[in-house]
Amino acid sequence: MSNNNWHLYEVFIRSKNGLAHKHAGSVHAQDAETAILSARDLYTRRGEASSLWIIKSSDIIASDPGESGELYDPSDDKIYRHSTFYPVPDGVKNM
Amino acid sequence: MSVAEKYIGAKQPSKPETIYMLRLADNALILGQRLSEMCGHGPEMELDMAMTNMSLDLIGQAKLLFEHILTLEDLAPNIDVLAMTRPLEQYTNCLLVAQPNVDFAHIMLRQYLFSTMQKLQYEALLESNDITLAAIAEKSLKEIAYHIRFAKSWVLRLGDGTEESRSRMVDALDCLWRFTGEMFAQDAGLMAMVKTGLTANFTLTYKNWRLEITHILSEAGDLSPPDTARMIMGGHQGRHDENLGHILTDMQFMQLSYPGLKW
Repeated sequence: MSNNNWHLYEVFIRSKNGLAHKHAGSVHAQDAETAILSARDLYTRRGEASSLWIIKSSDIIASDPGESGELYDPSDDKIYRHSTFYPVPDGVKNM
Repeated sequence: MSVAEKYIGAKQPSKPETIYMLRLADNALILGQRLSEMCGHGPEMELDMAMTNMSLDLIGQAKLLFEHILTLEDLAPNIDVLAMTRPLEQYTNCLLVAQPNVDFAHIMLRQYLFSTMQKLQYEALLESNDITLAAIAEKSLKEIAYHIRFAKSWVLRLGDGTEESRSRMVDALDCLWRFTGEMFAQDAGLMAMVKTGLTANFTLTYKNWRLEITHILSEAGDLSPPDTARMIMGGHQGRHDENLGHILTDMQFMQLSYPGLKW
């Protein structure tokens, strides 16, 4: 029965206050209201959520996989950007 | 006593409270069972899940009510026996909840008509002199609010959708409206419980309910309740149409074949 009236929406779930919304998956729906209802029914059945975000998949602007070389490879050899090069004083328990 | 004697059938409730609560429990159980038939048959995977979620909500409500009933009156050795092994005429659900899953319009309209009534019926329990019953109602009302939201959105969408979806909603309304009067009937079982303070008299809100439903139906492609419908009643007294028999054949099969069965 799927047809042109059904759109794909991406679902983001926040499990607790203070945490960030995380991508959980997608749902088919006709509009924003049914998308929220369907996402609630599919992705929050086991107490996963305290908040939901929905966005039309077609509205997501994604990077081009073909450009991943130029976009991401240059950072591979710049290991000094990790914080592991800094000595931590003895007394510090948490950074 | 043989295993079959012990684990098949339940005593008829004799207390007015348990008689009334059994009605609530059977409503939830039978509608839950009806919705569960749609498992794997929904028009879309998302809707399939929505219907089975509602089914599980309702069966959960029924379970709490059956458990509470057994603490008040010793009708059966456990809730499975009480829920699953009674003869047909001992089920006291309203007729609406047993109506068949003709199509998605029928299912959504049935849910909308029932859940909007159930909301009023359970709100009337919040001040009950039975605090366990009030707590069950409070918990269930959150689920019911969602059922109403979901079903209402589909009544509007189908009624105000295509020619095909609207004609299906018209058919559903013609079929189901005649079962709504029973849900608000002021029968002796309810009125006795109003007197003792177990429940408030939710049937007094019938006019408001009807106004609200009529308003939503008019927004759903200008539908209106058929005014010639004669209200059909009898479910609360155990007089059912053929639909409940078909449901019980499925629902009771395991418990009757293997009395005392444990999952």
